[in-house]
Amino acid sequence: MKRILLLTVVAVLLVSLFYGCTPKASQPVTLVFAKAGDAVELDPADVTDGESVTVMNNIFEGLVRYKPGTTEIEPWLATSWDVSSDGLSWTFHLRQGVKFHDGTPFNADAVVFSYERQRDPEHPFHKYGKWEYWGYCFSEIAKTEKVDDYTVKITLSRPFAPFISTMAMFTVNVVSPTNCEKWGDQWFAHPVGTGPFKFVEWVKGDHITLEKNQDYWGEKAKIDKLIFKVVPDASQRYLALQKGEVQGIEFPNPDDLSKIEQDPNLAILSQPGVNVGYLAMNVGEDTPGFQKPFGDVRVRQAINYAINKKAIVDQLYKGTAVVAKNPIPPTLWGYNDAIQDYEYNPTKAKELLKEAGYPDGFKTQLWAMPVSRPYMFDPQKIATAIQADLKAVGIDAEIVSYDWGTYLQKTENGEHPMALLGWTADYADPDNFLYVLLDSDSATVGSAGNIAFYRNPEVHKLNMESQKETDQAKRIELYKQVQQIVHDDAPWVTLAHAKQILVFSKKVQGFVLYPTGDYHFESVTISQ
Amino acid sequence: MKNYILKRVLNLILMLFAVSIIIFLLVRLIPGDPARTLAGEHASLEILETMRKKWGLDKPILEQYLIWLKYAFRGDFGQSILTHESVLKEILQRFPNTFELSVFAMIFASLIGISAGVISAIKRYTIFDYTTMFIALFGVSMPIFWLAIMLVLLFSIKLNLLPTGGRISVYYSIKHITGFYLIDSLITLNFGSFFNVLKHLILPSIALGTIPMAFIARITRSSMLNVINQDYIRTARAKGLPEKTVILKHALKNALIPIITSAGTEFAMLMGGAVLTETIFSWPGLGTYIVQAVNARDYPVIQGAVIFVALIVAIVNLIVDLVYAYIDPRIKY
Repeated sequence: MKRILLLTVVAVLLVSLFYGCTPKASQPVTLVFAKAGDAVELDPADVTDGESVTVMNNIFEGLVRYKPGTTEIEPWLATSWDVSSDGLSWTFHLRQGVKFHDGTPFNADAVVFSYERQRDPEHPFHKYGKWEYWGYCFSEIAKTEKVDDYTVKITLSRPFAPFISTMAMFTVNVVSPTNCEKWGDQWFAHPVGTGPFKFVEWVKGDHITLEKNQDYWGEKAKIDKLIFKVVPDASQRYLALQKGEVQGIEFPNPDDLSKIEQDPNLAILSQPGVNVGYLAMNVGEDTPGFQKPFGDVRVRQAINYAINKKAIVDQLYKGTAVVAKNPIPPTLWGYNDAIQDYEYNPTKAKELLKEAGYPDGFKTQLWAMPVSRPYMFDPQKIATAIQADLKAVGIDAEIVSYDWGTYLQKTENGEHPMALLGWTADYADPDNFLYVLLDSDSATVGSAGNIAFYRNPEVHKLNMESQKETDQAKRIELYKQVQQIVHDDAPWVTLAHAKQILVFSKKVQGFVLYPTGDYHFESVTISQ
Repeated sequence: MKNYILKRVLNLILMLFAVSIIIFLLVRLIPGDPARTLAGEHASLEILETMRKKWGLDKPILEQYLIWLKYAFRGDFGQSILTHESVLKEILQRFPNTFELSVFAMIFASLIGISAGVISAIKRYTIFDYTTMFIALFGVSMPIFWLAIMLVLLFSIKLNLLPTGGRISVYYSIKHITGFYLIDSLITLNFGSFFNVLKHLILPSIALGTIPMAFIARITRSSMLNVINQDYIRTARAKGLPEKTVILKHALKNALIPIITSAGTEFAMLMGGAVLTETIFSWPGLGTYIVQAVNARDYPVIQGAVIFVALIVAIVNLIVDLVYAYIDPRIKY
């Protein structure tokens, strides 16, 4: 009797192995995309991580957006806007007839609600969020007001031309006020926007399901269901893609790329993102880490000549980046392609060091991050490569590292002579690189974004002019000049711009890469 | 017995108290603070200050601890710095995943481990014995991630029998009642999902169960060898009992105590979450949750989760001790 029971159990288990192996025939058209991590929150104003943003790109929309595949701004939920002559007040004319997924009409009230809850500490919904990005990128906004149902006026505290680029950020996507009232502090888990996909379900740590918004005001999505599945391990994402469990993956293992290229069923999409990985040389004489040699431009140029960037990109980034010659990436408008990069030339480096009075080099420190960052996957190995390159021209650099939080704090204090770091832009505007990372305003000891403590008055003047200038063509010219000066002064060795790499099954068509790293699935089709 | 349990529970409360103090201090000793870690490359002193103030990190540590303790007594471990969610809610969402996997891993480990150990003991110094013990040694020393990847390559990619990872296929849905997928799918009579969940459990259970399995096999063998040479076994054989009865009823039952101790400890360890297995099989369990929290310096989550795991380990140990009394009537509490 017992044996029969046991046999039955075993038989049932075996049958279960094969049961339901294939999804049923009448399934809606579904795309499963494997992500490296789960979203943290689904309130666009309250997140700082890419994993949350790439999901919300499909649910929420802002007043303006990036033209697909570019960093150019185009009207979106606002159809047009006017700027006052002093550059302080921006009036947005809103699109009519748009509804949120919960049926709430999109209008000026919704825009005012979405922004004021972040800005105004007295706002009843202010207490439900951290609103970090408002602090990072929107501190110029003095207030947002409703003019009429479809007109909104935003007043700035100072003229700030990059403002229009910041308006394409996820932080200022518009959320449904009725839905926020309904959920209170739990709203971040029940997102409602105006986008081409509606939120269905979030199983924490496992997957997030979206479905096509049938009432979308623009061109409707071509797939019925979009599922973001969390697969933390890069090799497993690739295996799941091979097996057809998912149709697209992010962050493939660089070592797998050559195999993926040979797979006739898979397609790699890649382009440099709006980021930069760099080596900063501390030129701030008022900082504790300052060393005299770095005050001499010839030494800084020598270091630029001494480092073999191409070898680093080829062997350590394993082809997942392009060599950087400017602080801003080639996918961003304003890129100065006329600049001639320092070539790898140790002999020239030695000559320059000799000229500067350091024929035998000198002793210094090279700081390296302890963690992998999107713009630099393996900082420790890169530091070792740079160390060897410097050694070859006589500079003896000891590698120093701290835990991530301390590293940031100490570099902001200027305790390093040389440090590796990088930046992923918050919004696609050269200002977000050249002002945040290289302006004298950002070189305050203790909270420096400019950890080279590079303070060139000419750069500052051009940056300020460009912040006030609303004519894009003029701004491009100004930023090209800034890049030339930074190149000549060489406070950095610009190392690389990491590529954004996605892999899709060849059945998936129509996915467009955004330099900002956004994922938009409304244009995607799947052939059976 | 009642007194014993009462004493153990009191002990447990003291232990949790001690753990809470240690973990509270420990997380604050790890260099790097949550505000700094969260802000990343963004440097603004005002924002960092506001964040620290919001999370109460600007207060003296003792005051922070007392506030935390006050709420913890009410079962409120606070909110995650990273996600804003209630820590307890997040733990309870992930715990069933870890528990279900641990149970299956232990079933796998015990079934195979005990059988292999018993047979090895009976057939001591035969080729079977040597092979089993070699495999057991191999099992103990094998890197889990390697085994996991090999299992996926063989069963998912080559043979196409089992999924590469996850709790359940995205094409199936489950109504969340208890959080235990197998139970939930059975309650709702959703057999398609039930079998799908079962399939997802197989590979991670084997990967996670291999080390305990090898361990149990070795302990079973030595414990059985001890017992087999006892007088009462000779007596049982002399009475003419069938060999099967002698081994299973007389020998194995007496050999169980050390086996249960080691199986219990292994089980308690699995409940803390298995980071490697969870990562490779995309399993949203406690292990990856705690690691994420440590990386983000998410203090409330680290504190809450560590105390939760300590509680579970203590409870499992208590149960193991009580089971002794049941198995061996000579043990009285």
